[in-house]
Amino acid sequence: MSNDNAIEFKHVKFTYPDSKKAVLKDVNFVVKKGSWTSLIGHNGSGKSTISKLINGLLLPDENSDSKITVLGTNVTAENIWDIREKVGIVFQNPDNQFVGATVGDDVAFGLENRSVPRQEMIKIVRNVLSEVGMLEYIDSEPANLSGGQKQRIAIAGILAVEPQIIILDESTSMLDPSGRKQILKIIIELMKKKQLTVVSITHDIDEANMADSVIVLNDGEIIDQDSPVKIFNKTTMLKQIGLDIPFTNKLILALDKSGVSVPQNLRTKDELKQYLCQLNLKI
Amino acid sequence: MGLRKMCRGSLMSKIIIGRYIPGDSLVYKMDPRGKLLITILFILAIFLANNPITYAIITFFCFLAIIATGLKARVFWNGVKPLIGLIFFTSLLQLFFMTGGHVFWHWWIFSISSYGVENAIYIFIRFTLIILISTVMTVTTMPLEIADAMEWLLKPLKIFKVPVDKIALVISIALRFVPTLFDETLKIMNAQRSRGADFNDGGLIKRAKAIAPILIPLFIHSLETAIDLSTAMESRGYRGSAGRTKYRVLNWSKYDLISLAYFILLVGLLLIFRTH
Repeated sequence: MSNDNAIEFKHVKFTYPDSKKAVLKDVNFVVKKGSWTSLIGHNGSGKSTISKLINGLLLPDENSDSKITVLGTNVTAENIWDIREKVGIVFQNPDNQFVGATVGDDVAFGLENRSVPRQEMIKIVRNVLSEVGMLEYIDSEPANLSGGQKQRIAIAGILAVEPQIIILDESTSMLDPSGRKQILKIIIELMKKKQLTVVSITHDIDEANMADSVIVLNDGEIIDQDSPVKIFNKTTMLKQIGLDIPFTNKLILALDKSGVSVPQNLRTKDELKQYLCQLNLKI
Repeated sequence: MGLRKMCRGSLMSKIIIGRYIPGDSLVYKMDPRGKLLITILFILAIFLANNPITYAIITFFCFLAIIATGLKARVFWNGVKPLIGLIFFTSLLQLFFMTGGHVFWHWWIFSISSYGVENAIYIFIRFTLIILISTVMTVTTMPLEIADAMEWLLKPLKIFKVPVDKIALVISIALRFVPTLFDETLKIMNAQRSRGADFNDGGLIKRAKAIAPILIPLFIHSLETAIDLSTAMESRGYRGSAGRTKYRVLNWSKYDLISLAYFILLVGLLLIFRTH
């Protein structure tokens, strides 16, 4: 068991109790510690199921040789609570994960569950709220907050219990573009500061593009795992399984069609910009 | 946004939960537990009064409490207004049907006697005082604080194995979702209106039928929210109320001593001037 793996899935199978069709069929992947991994796939491909398997909200099929390891610990029914200490999930709908009646209460919810003494709680709550830039809202009620603010509170609530892994389960999908940018910026800062491992499940191509590694899921199977630049170069594969491609790649395709071929190794936004500027000079 | 707020305001103002008015007077600084207890005891103390002097004393104390809130008289008038019909109806029943003492006027089964007049006035005062003093409580205490106070008052029930912590969590989640569900109801109503539903027309049956397209989506939405919320709670380490610590605590202050002394003085005066 290598120590720099945060999450390991080996031959994981999962079937929901009320259906015959398996949602996940033999899923294998590894997430490195301290990395940002994006999970992409079309609707119903099993992305959210994976996030729930990681912290034991769901357990894999019993009669399979599925094995999930989180930070060196096997996920089984007995130790799900230890796992949940280390894994924090920010869910999709900002309204449906707000437990407390005020911001402070909500951030403290995870601490209350861990029997943290009140004096410490007050300190921690203030600290994490200032980290996500929401300290002035400590007594606000959720009805008076925007979706982006609620998601920041959700992140604060997770930071309060100091997890090692944060899972973003389509956390930005219900936010407007500015709310989305803010959340991602906060996550990137925190990730660097606290050596967090981030797994983001997303439809947002730009969010996936920020990752160190992208896992592509199709109908319960992993069909590829690679760096975003390489994954998004496989435009035909992505189109086949119904996924969008980033703007840069769309532009390259459009250039290709009109007769301007771009070298295979130039695929990031800046590289493409430079290449096109050079091309312009030559003409 | 402005329109949404306005609509919610009008919906919310019809129920007690929206009636909290923020302020900074003496009554606001009191602990909600003290306020809740004293409100209940005050209502009981009203029944100690049985002659003009004691009624005058308790009315005076009630008005002192109202002044101590520092709110406009209009707020309290709004508290009494919806129940004014009931107050007059009860008082009139007393007036016409109470017999005994000197009879001023008599016709068929109706009569106005000195007892009747006295009792009608007493009932009128009692009713008004009960409404006024509970208004003092509800306008100066946030619903959340009332829930906390109720939890504290329920604590002795733990001896009888009543799950007080769980009830408290249920109350606080319920209160937290009141505005969310109001918003959702409004959204559903507008969505149904935009495809032709009419909620304000027709007879009783037609109107009752028009509620179905609001209620069914609202129920489904509530259940979905509950599932999402429980998943989120579990993933944040919630495994039942045992061993949880509390972030929000209530603190007794010197203002609670003042109000307690105030109440003891009131009961003392009532007991002295009460006729036996």
